[in-house]
Amino acid sequence: MNVVESIERSVIQTEDLQFYYNTHHALKNINLKFEEKKITALIGPSGCGKSTFLRTMNRMNDLIPGVRTEGAIWIGNENITEPSIDPVELRKKVGMVFQHASVFPFSIYENIAYGPRTHGERNKKVLDEIVEENLRAAALWDEVKDHLDHPATGLSGGQQQRLTIARTLATKPEILLMDEPTSALDPISTAKVEDLIRTLKERYTIIIVTHNMQQAARISDFTAFFLNGEVKEYGQTATLFTNPLFSETKDYIAGKFG
Amino acid sequence: MMAKTIKEIEHTLYRKNSKMRTERFGKSLTFLAVVLTAAITAAILFLVFSKGLSTFIMNDGSVKDFFTGTTWNPAEVNSLGKPIIGALPFIVGSLAITGISALIAGPLAIGAAIFMSEIAPNAGKRIMQPVIELLVGIPSVVYGFIGLSVVVPFLRDLFPGSGFGIAAGTIVLSVMILPTVTSLALDAIQSVPRSLREASLALGSTRWQMICKVVLKTAKPGLLMAIIFGMARAFGEALAVQMVIGNASVIPHSLFEPASTITSILTMGMGYTVMGQVENNALWSLALILLLMSLFFTIIVRMIGKGKSA
Ligand SMILES: Nc1ncnc2c1ncn2[C@@H]1O[C@H](COP(=O)(O)OP(=O)(O)OP(=O)(O)O)[C@@H](O)[C@H]1O
Ligand SMILES: [Mg+2]
Repeated sequence: MNVVESIERSVIQTEDLQFYYNTHHALKNINLKFEEKKITALIGPSGCGKSTFLRTMNRMNDLIPGVRTEGAIWIGNENITEPSIDPVELRKKVGMVFQHASVFPFSIYENIAYGPRTHGERNKKVLDEIVEENLRAAALWDEVKDHLDHPATGLSGGQQQRLTIARTLATKPEILLMDEPTSALDPISTAKVEDLIRTLKERYTIIIVTHNMQQAARISDFTAFFLNGEVKEYGQTATLFTNPLFSETKDYIAGKFG
Repeated sequence: MMAKTIKEIEHTLYRKNSKMRTERFGKSLTFLAVVLTAAITAAILFLVFSKGLSTFIMNDGSVKDFFTGTTWNPAEVNSLGKPIIGALPFIVGSLAITGISALIAGPLAIGAAIFMSEIAPNAGKRIMQPVIELLVGIPSVVYGFIGLSVVVPFLRDLFPGSGFGIAAGTIVLSVMILPTVTSLALDAIQSVPRSLREASLALGSTRWQMICKVVLKTAKPGLLMAIIFGMARAFGEALAVQMVIGNASVIPHSLFEPASTITSILTMGMGYTVMGQVENNALWSLALILLLMSLFFTIIVRMIGKGKSA
């Protein structure tokens, strides 16, 4: 791999990260630095390990039996791969948005309030404020403010995805991991979610997996190109897209494989 | 080329024809089965309704007495010349035994289902699931027999009385419906999508919070359905209950006194009445209550099912 720019002020840094599903070596020697309040896009062909990498950062892979992680992931000055790190606390700091909007079959309000409630917030007024603030942050408030008590499953796909983003924001994370958040959405909803992601950059460090090259080019500051479990190329998005170092990167971006 | 295509089309048309014939045959066969089932159901409904209502129409029985009277002696008439058909003790007995069984078996079944699906899925699949399937298949007379030889003496030693009664019936029925309710509750819990569990954990909830606030909440309609299925089974069970309840046609003052249920009176009385007599008709009225109750349970399950899919 090749770090084109040396990245200052990194909040997340991986060090020789290896990940195994039983015997399958899914992540090989990942050394990446993610800069604070920037958007980093992870691109690469299907099965190259993007989701796996994302899920090592909030320890969601812990749920799968027989997995093994080696190396380190530094968030601030903590190595979050250490067994002493409580994944529950970690996930409050590192929020995740999934490919398919997994809204709970509760009301819109209850979906947003879920995180804060499980973290111990009981005050109804505080919860009301949290719900409004985060629905506004996710650009959904105007569309749903009159029926917060309606079931969230009745929203459109794009609205549901923005709701899951709002739900994640409500847990006050510092880092947002997004795994193909727009791949199941129509172009208009995608544009809305992209706009939203851009505004979120002011407050969050965002790492987003996408199969959409235009999307990566449009919204990200940095791009990492994954290939067969390795980071083939990493750098500023503008550079990587216009002037890739490796022919594989160039071919992938041009849509020749993947 | 052209000719070949036409030939192929002809060929498929021809084949389709023979396929259509078997299809028509299959359709008529299934249609016949449907008609037969519907006819039998209608016949049963007609029989139970006509017989069950004739107590009130032909034999001049009072509906009010039936639901509020506490003495059951259909062969005799009261001072008003009406048959003495107070079924309240049995109705109370049936409802008590069903309700308490559900209260005991419901939480146990849900707990077991959580254990099998969330806590120890491996042991759950390998050990508990086969055991439960085995338990579902045990005939009710065996449960009754165990109740008679173990539960009744046990209660007799611990509490005043003979050991027969609602308590014994409830224990036997709870154990009997437990496997069914557990396996239905397990289905309900396992049908909660993994994406919801992951979403919950990703929001920083603990496993228990996920189970209580997402899994159980999402599975609630299914869990309710499981419990109601159990209640329907408990309400309709006759043999096992009759063996341990004591069969006294009074409203018991405690759970440890002999009592009876609608089903136990039915099975006890059936052999001793003659078709067409008022004693026999009165039993049909009890059967009608059972039928209406099972209809009621079915409707509730339906309604929950509809609410779930909506
Ligand atoms: N739960 C699992 N158990 C075993 N192997 C897995 C598991 N999940 C993923 N893998 C394997 O790890 C590799 C990386 O998968 P991953 O899901 O991270 O790819 P991805 O880059 O996100 O692909 P996509 O773009 O299709 O989402 C693949 O070879 C996949 O088969
Ligand atoms: Mg993926």
